[in-house]
Amino acid sequence: MEPITNNSDLETQINNAIENNLSGRMTILAALLAVQDDIGYIPQKALEIVSELNTTTVNDVWGVASFYPNFRFDPPTEHTIEICWGPSCHITGAQDIIKSCLTELNLETEGDTNDGFINFKFNTCLAACAQSPVGSVDHKIIGRLNKKKIIDLINNLKSQKK
Amino acid sequence: MQKFTDLKNKADQEYNTLLTKPRIRIGTDISGVAAGSIEISNELSKHISEHNLDITLSHVGGFGLSFAEPLIDIQMPDGSRVFYSNVTVDNVGKIVQNHLINGNPVYDLAFAYSGNLTNTNNTPEFYQLPENKLQKKVLTENFGEIDPTDIYEYIANDGYSALAKALFQMEADNVHKEILDSKLRGRGGAAFPTGVKLGFLKGSEAKEKYILCNCEEGDPGAWNDKAILESDPHRLVEGLILAAIATNASNGIIFIRHGNDIPIDRTKAAIKSAYENGLLGQNILGSEFTFDAEVVLVGESYVAGEETALMEAVEGKRAMPRYKPPFPAAFGVWGHPSNINNIKTIANLPSIISKGSSWFTSIGTETSTGTAILCLSGNINKPGLYEIEMGTTIRSVIEDICDGIPNNKELKLLQTGGPLGGVLNSSKLDTSIDFDSMAKAGAILGSGGIIVADQDVDVIDLTRMLIAFCQFESCGKCFPCRLGNSHLLEILNRICGKTSTESDIELMRKVGTNMQQGSLCGHGQLGFNPIKSALEYFKDDFDLALDTSISVPNVTINIPTRANRY
Repeated sequence: MEPITNNSDLETQINNAIENNLSGRMTILAALLAVQDDIGYIPQKALEIVSELNTTTVNDVWGVASFYPNFRFDPPTEHTIEICWGPSCHITGAQDIIKSCLTELNLETEGDTNDGFINFKFNTCLAACAQSPVGSVDHKIIGRLNKKKIIDLINNLKSQKK
Repeated sequence: MQKFTDLKNKADQEYNTLLTKPRIRIGTDISGVAAGSIEISNELSKHISEHNLDITLSHVGGFGLSFAEPLIDIQMPDGSRVFYSNVTVDNVGKIVQNHLINGNPVYDLAFAYSGNLTNTNNTPEFYQLPENKLQKKVLTENFGEIDPTDIYEYIANDGYSALAKALFQMEADNVHKEILDSKLRGRGGAAFPTGVKLGFLKGSEAKEKYILCNCEEGDPGAWNDKAILESDPHRLVEGLILAAIATNASNGIIFIRHGNDIPIDRTKAAIKSAYENGLLGQNILGSEFTFDAEVVLVGESYVAGEETALMEAVEGKRAMPRYKPPFPAAFGVWGHPSNINNIKTIANLPSIISKGSSWFTSIGTETSTGTAILCLSGNINKPGLYEIEMGTTIRSVIEDICDGIPNNKELKLLQTGGPLGGVLNSSKLDTSIDFDSMAKAGAILGSGGIIVADQDVDVIDLTRMLIAFCQFESCGKCFPCRLGNSHLLEILNRICGKTSTESDIELMRKVGTNMQQGSLCGHGQLGFNPIKSALEYFKDDFDLALDTSISVPNVTINIPTRANRY
């Protein structure tokens, strides 16, 4: 995680995210989701701001943030690929898709590529089981995946790197 | 009542105007989008504006016919409709030119038709297709038919009439009695009688009481809760208000898992338009009744579907179950008396109130009244979402509705009711789909997911995948579940890796019993189910796997586990 900084831009960004993006009532989880959605990660500063807004401790906020797989704690990659590993997708070939992704992205397991350009993540269910195997690229759900389709999608992302 | 009559008149008028123009419906639920319906919709819009056509393009939810998606449905002012399945971007121009501009449906691309059309070139009638005809649509009657973001379309199709009836023609006690008499049981998994559950909340004198509606829906293989929100969200809002009338509740909360943007956006829009039309808030439709509703997002957590864990998540904490008692009806969300119901349960209420409990009990079986919305996926010819009458057999669903297994293969395994439900083999195909018969067969109907696997499935590998899911999703609060699932996964890994010992099955049973007896919530209590049922129905597969003299390729899988995640 990045060290605590006094970056006032970041602070403004976090406050704006919570103010503009909060869905429903103020809670620790709602505030964290707002920050994640808006700036793509939870900086250390956000833990502090959320703890103040909820009149609690940073430890308490970290307890919530570390529980849900929704959150990441360093700046996001340009692109995200998620592949479902649930049973419908497993039966229809998810493991082959996952292996192709790991090979193409030169990764051992989920995480960011060496150049920090693409993040690869497992997902327990993307809710389009009837179109399995399912994945998503930059949160756009894509069904009926096969090896060729996923490799094409990855190559397309790679080609966007400046 | 006058307010509702005015609203209904306005809705009818809007709806009739809509019908005077050609209309294209396209399914844009998650399943449709995954199949590429947004690209098709964009292409349609392009052609419509290029040719300057006066046509309504509606984003509906979906008919549930996932195998046919992207599915578009063109309706002419005379009511005739032609359905095009698996539409590609390249076909759109041809369909627009021939059907919409020249008035000649493209039957060689058509999937089905309905209404008064001749010379349809052997195209089948849509509602006579087995996948439609064998369904019993109660909750899903508006799916694919109405624009889920248009409150008037819902009202013009009898929407909110049950609410008007409950507010102006019934006593609150009778609304509750009608739900009790319908024998409706919870659709979330536990199958508890809904009327009885609502009675717990009704008995509380507190001023602030909550009806909570659960769309956490983390079960892989089930998407019917989200489908209701995508295709007909007002049915849920109406059901929620009816549950509130029956219990005199003050607030409603619908939780949805963060990231499911389509259901989230459509539910928020439905709540907003319900407020704008006086159907939520102060003095609903001019009556004495006041009720507020909101959407709350929960983080990704399977255990958040458990009722007390969900309350913790709503309060913004880790989704971990609470100790009971106190029960939610006494001490629920923020300490207020609360009642949690599944979305499918609540969405049944409008039909029960408008058509009566005796109509509802005439559907289904004696102890499982009504319908079940099933989600079929895996190795099957026609995956999709189908609403069937309780009491239909699994065989009928798989063979008649879903057209069996692809490539002439044999069915080997069924996985029902989510990862914590059991697996079944083909000897159980004649099991009736109702709560009690499914439980007797050693599985659960649960959320309604049925995943089908053909003869090529590696049962031990699939069981390992299910336990890996349970291990990953254990919230970690109680150790029998947290450690138990890790032990089970380790043993299954060594069985798959051919390094198991003879005592491993016994060891798994011991761990499973401890989990069942010692865990705080269903996640641990039911966590051994996948292995228990696999051992019962696929003993030969386990014997083969345990026989270390037979060498098989070591199948490794790439999956996340809690331990390497944190």
